[in-house]
Amino acid sequence: MSAQAIIEARAVSKWYGHFHALKGINLTVHKGERIVICGPSGSGKSTLIRCFNRLEAHQEGEIVVNGVALHGRMSNVAAVRSNIGMVFQHFNLFPHMTVLMNCMAGPMWVKGVPAVEARQTALQFLERVRIPEQANKFPVQLSGGQQQRVAIARSLCMKPDVMLFDEPTSALDPEMVSEVLETMTGLARDGMTMVCVTHEMGFARAVADRVIFMDAGQIVEEGTPDAFFGNPRHDRTKLFLSQILKH
Amino acid sequence: MLYPDTVEAEVLVHKPWFVGTMFGVVLMAFMAFNLSGTGLAELMRPVIGDPSTSGLYGRFAIGFTIAVIFTLNVVLIGFAPLKLQIGIVWLELLLLFIAFFETFHLSLPFIREKLPFLVSQGVVTTLYVSAISIVIASAIAVAGAVAKLSNNGFAYAIASFYTSFFRGLPLLMQVYLIYLGLPQLGFVINAVPAGILALSLCYGAYMTEIFRSGIQSIDRGQWEASRSMGFGFALTMRRIILPQALPVIIPPTGNQFISMLKDSSLVSVIGVWELMFLARTLGQKTFQHMEMLISAAMIYWVLSICLELIQSRVERHYARSKVR
Repeated sequence: MSAQAIIEARAVSKWYGHFHALKGINLTVHKGERIVICGPSGSGKSTLIRCFNRLEAHQEGEIVVNGVALHGRMSNVAAVRSNIGMVFQHFNLFPHMTVLMNCMAGPMWVKGVPAVEARQTALQFLERVRIPEQANKFPVQLSGGQQQRVAIARSLCMKPDVMLFDEPTSALDPEMVSEVLETMTGLARDGMTMVCVTHEMGFARAVADRVIFMDAGQIVEEGTPDAFFGNPRHDRTKLFLSQILKH
Repeated sequence: MLYPDTVEAEVLVHKPWFVGTMFGVVLMAFMAFNLSGTGLAELMRPVIGDPSTSGLYGRFAIGFTIAVIFTLNVVLIGFAPLKLQIGIVWLELLLLFIAFFETFHLSLPFIREKLPFLVSQGVVTTLYVSAISIVIASAIAVAGAVAKLSNNGFAYAIASFYTSFFRGLPLLMQVYLIYLGLPQLGFVINAVPAGILALSLCYGAYMTEIFRSGIQSIDRGQWEASRSMGFGFALTMRRIILPQALPVIIPPTGNQFISMLKDSSLVSVIGVWELMFLARTLGQKTFQHMEMLISAAMIYWVLSICLELIQSRVERHYARSKVR
């Protein structure tokens, strides 16, 4: 890959107390790349992407996002975060605001975009996730799948360089998973740089440029979807894949 | 809502055992009193003869009449729709209350004469002392709650010392300490500012705890979503956390406001001419204490009801985002 690196993690380590959550992770995300991270629960995959926008702090190594190093006391953390979209497992929409306001809040309050323009952008992205008609409802009035699509639109309104997805479909009813995955696939097709923690292997196979398998705080294996699913090298990966694909 | 079980169809006040028990209790209770001197006994003269000589039979007949009226009243109200039920019960309790005050034989002309001053001086002072204290206490509460939740040792220590101290001392004592104690340090302070200061500090301490629990009730995910979009601490607090904490904070805070309104009467001890002070002094000259005390009591009640109404409106406003 010759494209410009958006996220660079070098020898990143993190501890929770005595628990070694990340053990020397090296990972580079290039512009336009789609990366899927999978692995058993507790393997550190969520922790890793939460370090990318510093919702968690790493203790050793280096993470550079868009040329800004994330460590120590950061005065510019807001600027870094506003360029990284994040979608959470539990949506985390702001329940006291309408869907439209959820999407307008970021651009208006962080970037100082005028309300009229923020509104236009918000409606445009709500259109894109195919729920413009819900704009004036409150989040509780929406289904899980719709809420997650609003969450994606909310992140997109900030015009981020990269989107992080932290198990975006894990809290959804089975029949709502596909509408969210379709939205994400559409994003990928439009060239958005994405890092997704997910267990949706169909999505990984169809969309990912690289699949990364983590276990016990380390990257065990990484490769193209074809290589990863067709010919996994490590026993741990084989075991994981056999369990998750069994059903 | 208590979310009643759908199994139970019959209204409580229509169940035979309940009606029977209620009838029995009321009958017993009123037989225990000697009501032979009352108007009701006079009305029953055709049935029981001379009330004063009617004896046990008279007592029974009077108690029986009251029990029948009471039980019939309750059973009939049981048929009304909920809103009407609430209205009727309120009205009846209010009438009983007024009947109770009637027994004092208050001098209405005296009340009418003093009421304008009681309102223009007393109520106005009570209201502005409370209103200013409420605003200051709320500001203290936000700052105190943030301090108590912060990782800053100094902030936490100061805030917890403050809440411990001001929750731990009687408000009356705080009023005295501030009014009489501050001049010792060289700050001569008037009665009204001293009262406002005492009320603000005391209620700020209680409300700090309310605000803290409100802020803590907000899911961690809200902080993370807000941070991940680049919101700073102040913006997150003001736009995301506090608006969501408000529905949790408002009911106990409404309590505090009502309680503050009434506790503002404590500043009467340092000579502030508020409602309580005037109620005591205006009646003193002519020994018409009850007139003024009851008037003041009614005024406090009406003011509290106004606060209750405001509270329920605000609660409804914040319930908006919870409607499915």
